Amino acid sequence: MVIQNYSLGPIDLASIIPYVAMGTILGFILLIVPFVIWFERVVIALMQDRLGPNRVGPRGLLQTIADGVKLFFKEDLEPAAVDRSLYYMAPVLALIPALAAGAALPFASISLRMADGSVKSLPLVAGNVNIGILFILALSSLQVYGIVLAGWASNNKYSLLGGLRSSAQMISYELPMSLAILTGILMSGSLNLVDVVNSQAGSILDWNFFKLNPATGFFFPLGLIAGMIYLVAMVAETNRAPFDLPEAESELIAGFHTEYSSMKFAMFFMGEYASMLVVSGIATALWFGGWHAPFDFVLWNWIPGGIWFLAKLTFFIGVYVWLRATLPRLRYDALMNIGWKRLLPLSIVVLFAVATVDAFFFTKDTPAAISAPATPPSGTLTPMAAPGGGQ
Amino acid sequence: MSELYLTFAVFGAVAVGFVCVNLFIARLARPSAPNPDKLETYECGPLPVGEAWQQFNVHYYLFALLFVVFEVEAAFLYPWAVAYKQVGRYAVVEMLIFVAILAAGLGYAWRRKAIEWE
Repeated sequence: MVIQNYSLGPIDLASIIPYVAMGTILGFILLIVPFVIWFERVVIALMQDRLGPNRVGPRGLLQTIADGVKLFFKEDLEPAAVDRSLYYMAPVLALIPALAAGAALPFASISLRMADGSVKSLPLVAGNVNIGILFILALSSLQVYGIVLAGWASNNKYSLLGGLRSSAQMISYELPMSLAILTGILMSGSLNLVDVVNSQAGSILDWNFFKLNPATGFFFPLGLIAGMIYLVAMVAETNRAPFDLPEAESELIAGFHTEYSSMKFAMFFMGEYASMLVVSGIATALWFGGWHAPFDFVLWNWIPGGIWFLAKLTFFIGVYVWLRATLPRLRYDALMNIGWKRLLPLSIVVLFAVATVDAFFFTKDTPAAISAPATPPSGTLTPMAAPGGGQ
Repeated sequence: MSELYLTFAVFGAVAVGFVCVNLFIARLARPSAPNPDKLETYECGPLPVGEAWQQFNVHYYLFALLFVVFEVEAAFLYPWAVAYKQVGRYAVVEMLIFVAILAAGLGYAWRRKAIEWE
C-alpha cells in the first residue's frame, strides 16, 4: 500500500509522521487500557468457568470505563502520617515513565510516494533515534521510583514491605532483562529499534526469536533462550502474576498502594497496564519481527504492518492473562533464586555465546577490520549505530 | 538531530499534561467529607503501633549493591554490542575477560550466601 505524499505549503505528510505516530501511540495506550482490563477479566472468568463482567454495556465492555468514571468521583483519603510531597509524587512517577517510554517504540511502517515519483518507506515512531532501546530502558528503570516512594511515603507497614520487595524484585530482574535485550541488539547490530525490526524482515525464521543461522542452516536456539529470559523478566518487571509479590493481597493488603485512593490509585493502575503494553511492544519489536508478517502469503499480504504489530501485542497481553490465571504466586526466596542464580548467569552465557559464535565462526576477521578506527571520529554515537554499520 | 528529540519533549509534555489534567479534574469532581477516623493509617482495623519508618532487613541493601555492580557492567556492554563487529575479535575476548572478573564477584557473593534469602 503506497500513499501519495500530500503536501500543504511547506508541510508534507512525511514531515508530520512523527506527530501522527505520537498521537497514535499515546491515544492507543490511554484508550486501550480499559479494554485490556476488560479483556483480562473476561478471559480469567472464562478460564475459571464463571461469567465475569456482564452488566455495563454489551458483554460488560463498558464496565472498566464505568469504574474509571467512578474513581473520579471518589473521595481522596490521605492519612495524617504520610510524607506529603513524596506521597503526591509517587503515582505521577509511576505513570509518566510508562507513557513516555512509548515515544521510542516503532509500531508500523508506511510507504510514501514522494514528489519525484520515488517510493520511500517510513517507520511510524514518535522519535526515530539511534538509541531508542536505551531510552526505553532508562525510563523503565525510573518506574521503580514510583513504587518505592509510594511504599515509603505512605508510612504504613504493609506499604513499606511492598515497596521494599518491589524494589529488590525490579532491580533483580532488570539485569537479566537488559542482558537479554543486549543479545537481541547483538543479533540485529543496532540500538535503533527501527533497524532492529528491519533486520528481521522476511519470514518467521528471520525473527530474532527463531533465527536460523544462514551459514549452516543449523537451528541455533540462542535467540530463543534470550527471548525467553526477556519474557520472564518482563513479567517480573511489570509486577504481574506470578511475580506480583509487591501487592500480594493475601499478605500485604494491597502492598505499596494500600494508602492510595481515588485518582491516585487509578494512576498506579494505569501505569501498570501501560508498562505491560510497552514491554510487550518491545518484545514484539525485538524478538518477534515487529510489524512484519510471519511469512509471505498471498492471502494476507494486503494486511498493513500495524495490524500485525497489534496482533502480536494482543498475543503477549493474552499470555500475561493466561499466566495470571494459571500460576500461583512465587515465594520470595524462589523469586530471588530464579533472578540471581538462574536467569542472570544464563543471560551472561547466552550473550557471550552469541558474540563468540558470531565473531569466530561467521565473521571473517580481516586485518582491515582491525585497523579500522575503533572510535568514531566525531565522538558521537551516530557512526556506530548507523543502519547495518560495519557488517 | 534536534528535531528528533523535539518529539520526545512533546511526548513527555503530553504525558505530564495528561496526568495533571486527570488529577485536577478529580480534585474538582470528588466530594470531601473530612472525619478524624479517615486520617488514620490503615492496618486492618486496629490502631497502628509506632511508625513504619524504622529499621528493615539489611539484605535489601546487599541486592542493591550487587545490582549497581552489574548495571554498570550492562552500561559498558551497550556500546560494545553495537561496535564489536567493527573492532574485531579481540573486542569479544576483552569483554569476556571484563565480564569474567565481574562474574567472579557474583560467584563470591553466591558462595558467601549473600544472594540467599532466608
